[in-house]
Amino acid sequence: MLTPTRTRLAIAGARLAAATSRRFGLGNGGMIGGRVALKLDPRALSRLGRDRTVVLITGTNGKTTTALMLSRILQTLGPVALNADGANMPDGVLAALATNPLAPLAVLEVDENYVSAVADELRPACLVLLNLSRDQLDRMGEVRATERELRAVVSRLPSTTVVANCDDPLVTSAALAAARQVWVGAGQSWHADALACARCGQAILRDGTDWQCVCGFTRPAPLWTLDGDDLTTPGSSLPLDLQLPGRANAANAAMAVATAVHLGVPAETAIERVRSISAVAGRYRRAPVAGHSVRLLLAKNPAGWRETLPLLDSHTPVVIAVNSREADGRDMSWLWDVPFERLAGRPVVAAGERAMDLAVRLTYAEVPHTVARDPIAAVAALDGESVELVANYTAFRGVAQRMADE
Amino acid sequence: MSESAVRIGLVLPDVLGTYSDSGNATVLCRRLHWREIPATITEFHYGEPVPAGLDLYLLGGGEDESQTLAAAHLREHRGLQSAAARGAVVFGVCAGLQLLGTGFGTTDGVRHEGLGLLDAETSPGDRRAVGEVVVQADQGLGAEPLTGFENHLGVTTLGRGSRPLGRVLAGTGNGDGTDGAVTGRVLATYLHGPVLARNPALADLLLGWVLGAPLPALPLAEVSALREERLRAGGHRG
Repeated sequence: MLTPTRTRLAIAGARLAAATSRRFGLGNGGMIGGRVALKLDPRALSRLGRDRTVVLITGTNGKTTTALMLSRILQTLGPVALNADGANMPDGVLAALATNPLAPLAVLEVDENYVSAVADELRPACLVLLNLSRDQLDRMGEVRATERELRAVVSRLPSTTVVANCDDPLVTSAALAAARQVWVGAGQSWHADALACARCGQAILRDGTDWQCVCGFTRPAPLWTLDGDDLTTPGSSLPLDLQLPGRANAANAAMAVATAVHLGVPAETAIERVRSISAVAGRYRRAPVAGHSVRLLLAKNPAGWRETLPLLDSHTPVVIAVNSREADGRDMSWLWDVPFERLAGRPVVAAGERAMDLAVRLTYAEVPHTVARDPIAAVAALDGESVELVANYTAFRGVAQRMADE
Repeated sequence: MSESAVRIGLVLPDVLGTYSDSGNATVLCRRLHWREIPATITEFHYGEPVPAGLDLYLLGGGEDESQTLAAAHLREHRGLQSAAARGAVVFGVCAGLQLLGTGFGTTDGVRHEGLGLLDAETSPGDRRAVGEVVVQADQGLGAEPLTGFENHLGVTTLGRGSRPLGRVLAGTGNGDGTDGAVTGRVLATYLHGPVLARNPALADLLLGWVLGAPLPALPLAEVSALREERLRAGGHRG
């Protein structure tokens, strides 16, 4: 691949900045490196993406997991560039491409608010739209504005195939603007943000998995459907049988497999690759912490919690850590959209910088609990061997970092 | 109060639930139960009739389209208006405040008729007000400062038929240094949080209106600690 001098210099600058960032413990390097490169060459993304098959993955929940799944599958075709560290803003995307300049394939998760900035430059072969729900309303704004922006981006990409979850009316509305879609009935357990039709504002009517609006906006017929643990498509039904737990991960797998098949991988091969995954960016794995065996889970908004609550073992103590830094959203009101009442009957510890907001929520849920700001200290103070630790974004990152250091 | 249990109505939580204000119903219900006063929560959704016989109605925040749907539904099914006319307590937050007023404008430039229970008119401002808010409630509406989180574009102007809930010490509120609107037993604010979780005195003020007498204190150490933390985050000293 021929790279213009300006881009090569930009990448060299980026590597220096990333190394500096890592050396001084400021971050993992990906973000700052990308930021420097974009400053030095604003077209660096488009140059680095040229001549590759690029897949972008966006949505409120499941980006990191789906990107990991799809990258594992596409590795059967060749080397894949991936922003596995979750750095999903333009600088993180650029850093992933710059570190793998020769990979013919790229699977990149992108923050919902930055799809325009990234997609306009990279002109991806596929854009995967997972789901849209309330998340960090103070930073992201309302979810309908995100849908309208995605719809506008999609309409500017005539050669991109959009792989979309047609059980989510907001995602469907955005995807309909595409020239080509692969519809996946991946399911959705959170409906609270899509009552008003994205196209006309009237009420969406639901009947089982089907939904429609009087304006004519209706659920498209899916090519792929997630039915319990089976992924079905006309003529075949394949069991997923994942190591990763929960309905949400089965939905992520359905999206990844549908995309991979569109790109030429046989479905059986794709599912086999996804099955081999047992942890995603430190999530779902068990790790020893302060003498306990801790399972780390990420949940950062009401829809995510809805998928996480059923995964928790009903007899195992739970530590919940919540922060409200910029990447988490400053507004903690969303804790009241989570049915924490279901945690009653097991020891619960409220932790993190916003432990007190959670403690008040648990009080009103009549769930007995204790408060320990430091999540690791919270784990240490518990009886018994096994502990579930559920954290939102920066709280999770903090715990994972300290576990890596110990 | 007409029956033995306090009947709390959660108004269209499916469209007015974006900012988790349904938590206000949980707070009110628990604060009654803990004082051994029976209480029930009735949720009614978009498309369903609006019961007129409840004691207290709660309206939360929502996005433009949802707020417009809610306003149209409540103009057509007038249970809330008849309940307010016979003295039921009505509490609105954000979009709830706006649609209880005379009218509100959405970003597409359209003005929508409100329910007219408050003399408050809302139009879109220049930029969203987002962040922690501290409000000093006006006389008779609470002694302790109110803490909450706001996230709205609307700027609200009160007419003579309503007075503000209080004066903004930090944040934006209505946009003119005041927050909220009060007419009789209809009270509204821009504060989320949910606001009644962070401000138990305001919750008990509303419940006192319903029961016709002030409620005994209900100290909760964690709520006090949260208030202190949030008031400090809002830049309020002392």
